[in-house]
Amino acid sequence: MSTPTSTSRRRTPLQLGGYLGLILAIAIMILPLVWMFLAGFKERDEIYTVPIQWLPDSYDLSNYAAALAAVPFANFFLNSTITTVIGAGLKMLLGLTTAYAVVFLEFPFKKFVFGLVIFALLVPQQIVMIPNFTLVASLGWINTYQGIIVPGLASAFGTFLFRQHFLTLPISILEAAALDGASHWTRLWRFIVPISAPTIAAVALISIVSEWNEYLWPLLVVDRSDMMTLPVGLTLLQNNDGVTNWGVLMAGTVLVTVPVLIAFFALQKRIIAGLTAGGVTG
Amino acid sequence: MPTIEDLHRGTASAVAAPTNVTTPAPRRAFTPRKKKKPWKSWSLFLLFAGPNVALLIVFTYKPLLQSLYYSTLQWNLGSASAIPVGLGNYVTWFNDPGTARVVTVTLIFTVATVGGGMVIGLLFAVLLNRKLHGRGAARTVIVAPYVLSGVAVGLLWLFVFDPNFGITAALLDAIGVASPPWYNDPQWALVMVIIVYLWKNVGYVALIYLAALQSVPRDLLEAASLDGATPVRAFRNIVLPLLGPTTFFLSITTLLSSLQSFDIIQAMTKGGPLEGTTTMMYQIYQEGFQAGRAGYSSAVATILFAVLLVVTLIQMKYVEKRVHY
Repeated sequence: MSTPTSTSRRRTPLQLGGYLGLILAIAIMILPLVWMFLAGFKERDEIYTVPIQWLPDSYDLSNYAAALAAVPFANFFLNSTITTVIGAGLKMLLGLTTAYAVVFLEFPFKKFVFGLVIFALLVPQQIVMIPNFTLVASLGWINTYQGIIVPGLASAFGTFLFRQHFLTLPISILEAAALDGASHWTRLWRFIVPISAPTIAAVALISIVSEWNEYLWPLLVVDRSDMMTLPVGLTLLQNNDGVTNWGVLMAGTVLVTVPVLIAFFALQKRIIAGLTAGGVTG
Repeated sequence: MPTIEDLHRGTASAVAAPTNVTTPAPRRAFTPRKKKKPWKSWSLFLLFAGPNVALLIVFTYKPLLQSLYYSTLQWNLGSASAIPVGLGNYVTWFNDPGTARVVTVTLIFTVATVGGGMVIGLLFAVLLNRKLHGRGAARTVIVAPYVLSGVAVGLLWLFVFDPNFGITAALLDAIGVASPPWYNDPQWALVMVIIVYLWKNVGYVALIYLAALQSVPRDLLEAASLDGATPVRAFRNIVLPLLGPTTFFLSITTLLSSLQSFDIIQAMTKGGPLEGTTTMMYQIYQEGFQAGRAGYSSAVATILFAVLLVVTLIQMKYVEKRVHY
């Protein structure tokens, strides 16, 4: 039997170990990011020095200027924004309508349709990229927004999460809506969407993040620098400059990561809710 | 129009729901009345779900079959002519002296990232679940890399691993060890991309495990503690079994994303040096888009997809027996 004193005595070293672990974890996660930020300000002689120099001598933006001059970052940013907003927006719309249909509408092969949507989660993009590339090329969609967006537009995971959520909604609300004679379209937008706002926001943020970071497909269908998205443009900067110019490359990396980090810190509660949505129900 | 009875049923189920929180009852579709004119509901269904399903057919299922067909061709990407070779591409792959290495690299990368991710993720989750000051901030920091671009993460770590001017070199130098040749040695390069993959993705695993840990009933642990169980035993005998469904979910999702990982390898090693970091996924990209051997690439893709399906089915089978508690 453990008495209160023995448990508290046991807890103190455990507590200490906990804090040590926490500090170690934070250090491992944060140090590389700090290293990237600092390198963005360093001159060549501050980078290529042994022992390493942690802090830059001055915080001027010459590496940033060099990165912006080497590749069209403004275009990358615009292209990433356009493909993310349109791609994630349409994906949400498709997910919502499909989940609504699967939960609230009648159809003879409903189970099969839902199975078709869910099974797509098991098909990695790389397995189908050659046929899709051939199709997109034959449509003349190389170096276009539709070429980047459309092949990855279908919503499988979103549909799954929305369906899970719709199944928990109180049926009385929908019956009241039906009593009002509201069409299914109205029911979806006036009744379901407003009460599902937290789930929708969480899923939307996850789609935005993954769309923003998407790399392989835009790499395949874009070869003109003015149509590149940020991740693709970042590898262009890498290949332009070679691996030797770390200061410029890290400045570019900061430009790509900072918008996402800011968004993450500002909206982390919702993003975390979105990330856990699949895991907790699954 | 719904009758009064319908409304009553609705109210009853809404009220009854809270007593039934743990097992949400299966719900019937909401519009039984449409049965009079089924085609109306059917056409609405097609209108709502049709576009999504059409996109899946055009960009997932049709290419899946096409890929199977391409795998029987000797065909260069963009070329107008193709020679049917039957199973020739498969035979070539299985007989290629490089295949054993690609499979080994894929296995090591997958096992290390999935297994390592689960172990470290669970460790982080247990840490974050303790009543420690600053655990909220720690959670934020641990998850943050997960939302970053894989390319950016790969590049910033490439600098961290710089054998002359990076952090790892400095840390190792401090204890009198020379930096391993991360860039030039196939084995060390593989270790490097595994570390970076883990760093980026472990936060997701930690987050899911944390959510699961928080739903472990506290009185269960208190009872165990009163019975004299040490925290370690309580964890092994009570908490770990309760995490079964979560572990199953994570094993499938992390396996899928690990097998698809491309960004980090492309940014850091491009499959090298000496193809030491060429996984099957990376080989599919390289054969298809760098070497232009689209038929051969499709054969590798088909093999990988078959393996993926079998592994997932085994996982599902296994879980049916083991996970229910």
